[in-house]
Amino acid sequence: MSPELGRFALSLACVFALAQTILPLIGAQRRDRRLMAVAPGLAVGQLIALAASFLCLVNAAITNDFSVSNILENSAVAKPLLYKISGVWGNHEGSILLWAMILGICGAAVAAFGRNLPSALRARVLAVLGGVAAGFELFCLTTSDPFDRVWPAPLDGQGMNPLLQDPGLAFHPPILYTGYVGFAVPFAFAIAALIEGRVDAAWGRWVRPWAVAAWAFLTCGIALGSWWSYYVLGWGGYWFWDPVENASLIPWLSGTALMHSAVVVEKREALKIWTVLLAIATFSFSLSGTFLVRSGILNSVHAFAQDPARGIFILGLLGVVIGGSLVLFAWRAPSLTAGGLFAPVSREGALVLNNILLCSLCAVVLTGTMYPPFMSLLFGKTISVGKPFFDAATVPLAIPLFAVMGFGPMLPWKRAQLWPVLRRLWIAALVTLGAFAVCLWGLSGVLPVLCATFAVWVIATSVTDVTGRVALFRVPLSQSLQRARSLPRSAFGAALAHAGVGVTVLGLAAMSQAQHRIVEVHVGQTESLAGYDWTLTGVKTEPGPNYVAMVATIEIRHNGRIVTVMHPSKRSFNSQNQTTTEVSIHTNGLSDLYGVIGDRHGTDANPTYVLRLHYNPLAPWMWFGALIMAMGGALSLSDRRMRVGAPRRAPMPDAVAAE
Amino acid sequence: MSDDLRSPPSGASGDVTRRRLMMGLPLAGAAICGVAFWKMLAGMQSGSFNPHDINAPVTGRPVPVFTLADQIPGTGFSTADLRALSKPVLINFFASWCIPCIAEMQALLDLQKRLPIWGVAYKDKPDNAAGLLKHAGNPYARIGSDREGRVAIDWGVSGVPESFLIAPGGTIIWHSAAGLDNDEVAAGLDGTLKRIGG
Repeated sequence: MSPELGRFALSLACVFALAQTILPLIGAQRRDRRLMAVAPGLAVGQLIALAASFLCLVNAAITNDFSVSNILENSAVAKPLLYKISGVWGNHEGSILLWAMILGICGAAVAAFGRNLPSALRARVLAVLGGVAAGFELFCLTTSDPFDRVWPAPLDGQGMNPLLQDPGLAFHPPILYTGYVGFAVPFAFAIAALIEGRVDAAWGRWVRPWAVAAWAFLTCGIALGSWWSYYVLGWGGYWFWDPVENASLIPWLSGTALMHSAVVVEKREALKIWTVLLAIATFSFSLSGTFLVRSGILNSVHAFAQDPARGIFILGLLGVVIGGSLVLFAWRAPSLTAGGLFAPVSREGALVLNNILLCSLCAVVLTGTMYPPFMSLLFGKTISVGKPFFDAATVPLAIPLFAVMGFGPMLPWKRAQLWPVLRRLWIAALVTLGAFAVCLWGLSGVLPVLCATFAVWVIATSVTDVTGRVALFRVPLSQSLQRARSLPRSAFGAALAHAGVGVTVLGLAAMSQAQHRIVEVHVGQTESLAGYDWTLTGVKTEPGPNYVAMVATIEIRHNGRIVTVMHPSKRSFNSQNQTTTEVSIHTNGLSDLYGVIGDRHGTDANPTYVLRLHYNPLAPWMWFGALIMAMGGALSLSDRRMRVGAPRRAPMPDAVAAE
Repeated sequence: MSDDLRSPPSGASGDVTRRRLMMGLPLAGAAICGVAFWKMLAGMQSGSFNPHDINAPVTGRPVPVFTLADQIPGTGFSTADLRALSKPVLINFFASWCIPCIAEMQALLDLQKRLPIWGVAYKDKPDNAAGLLKHAGNPYARIGSDREGRVAIDWGVSGVPESFLIAPGGTIIWHSAAGLDNDEVAAGLDGTLKRIGG
């Protein structure tokens, strides 16, 4: 398990990937069954080689092999085992290797689950995946080799940024990368379809589960990252519109659009060109996000080792992948035949509206993120685009989206009447009106009130959708249960995911009312915030494994009754001359009490401490909602129709075009 | 792309060229971005483009046009006040919610004995800002309130604390995006002051 073995395995994987690109493509073109059949084997072989390479790096980290410069720079003997392992992907070189390995897993998964795909399509999909993987493996080998050695090897490493020593961050990158990389599969399907010049309902059915899976992972990854910044950075914030965060939000938005438009391809064979473009765009956004972060073009708090030389390699890679696929799109897409027609008011119409709104949101976030470097390039002006722009530009687009989310899933395909559907939603509408009244009373600001109201609308209509489908209370309960069993799980999944959006938006709206105070207090002093009395009862110093902590004890009382005692602390790390704040959070599910200890001031005899106290209403809901969304995705994936992915044509009884 | 969303019937021949052109739009967009990124990277390597260098564009330029309302316990000021100066002045953006700003106060109190400092309360409630100055001491000769943070945008403030040295006539001649301490003052600020003979 030496690092050299790891580098060899990586080179081998690269060779496999190149073979996986070239041979099946030739095979599919010449209709040569033998050449096409090598693709799955090569994909699995590539994964095995990548896994071996990755294990070599993990092994070097666990055994403290400081002759490997990547381990030397990011690890230390005193680091706990979990962080030695997670440290492997906590830096640039290792994270690219992880990226390549997840891509390898995707390829192997297509090889394993795609047995019932037409062989030419499968060969082409695997070839595209192999090509992308080869690019990343070459990038890893040539410009960011994780196995570089140093001589002489020092006795101890330089340690890892203490901020990254956190379980949340140990799992955040793999899940997020699975989301990013997962969109490579719909991308590969799109490219394969362009090469073949054919997109049909079966294609939509094959693409959709991959898009849903990648989307669910991306949702979890984004939520985990946001949660991490909430409880680790100690600013009390959860989303900063930082370029790196936006780089994950942009593919999420376009991926959400893709997931929905693929439904239209599957059910109605419409929106084909658009769906292909979305699949290309989503993966392109995922790739570009990586590029922008690692080249140092965007100013961000996420500090990767930034190196323009690497940037040029990735830019070249992007040019080949994105440029190549868009050339193919421009060349082949016009020849794709158009499918079923539909009236503007119909399920398809609602999904088109969903796509327009999601893509507009995506464009807004993209513009806000890219505006500063472009301004700087074109006009030499330095500007920063922040929360005020994003809030003002995204919320007005999000609210109509929430409104459509409510009734869209209930509209019939092809042609619908709005009124009968809306009439079924009268209970949801009443609930929403009630919520609106409560919001007017409880929330301040127009946008939070509107967001919260429509969040309730989304949840209420999702519930109505499911109860309506099982005819709850209209037929005997046993019959309702019977209906629920026969209802496709993807319908439940969609309703659940929509309700999750509502829960997250409620959390976001309530968080706009968060209160905080920064106070400088003596021990024993009491400050009040949001109806709670916060008393600093003591501060003591505690040694840790590789740091010294200043731990405060804060008692929180509500109407004289003690609610909780929290111990926020501030750690000074000896190795990197760095301090971290350990936030203390008390949650009851409806609100978070959030305490941070800052600097010590005053004399030794009479010290004062800076405390930051936050009251964050509904904060946990933001991440809980994201979890519900991902669970909705998972539930929908467990639907047999998705899993089987059989090329059975959906029955289309009256396939006569509307109008 | 809205026309494609509707999937025109395949029988409609006519505007095949238009269709082709539209399919090429994503490529054109991506190509423009690609060229821009390449220019940025090339500029980063040659040093002509640095997205992280927020200091560069500010120094050597006249102060932007602005007016600041009063912030207790001081009086606000505007572009005209800075242009009318006959001696250098330090403009310091601060906020009561910003812990580095509180840490910086001591250095500012030392500095104001030899260089007038005008403060700007950035995105801060007037009461909180006044409370901070009452508690930590007030180094500012004049103080303006920038509740919305609009003036800070014109100044190119990236965060608080941030300080600008203004030469007589209203030109920004030095800038620091970090909290000032005595070392920073000795290293950067004093050198610049000497250069202009202030």
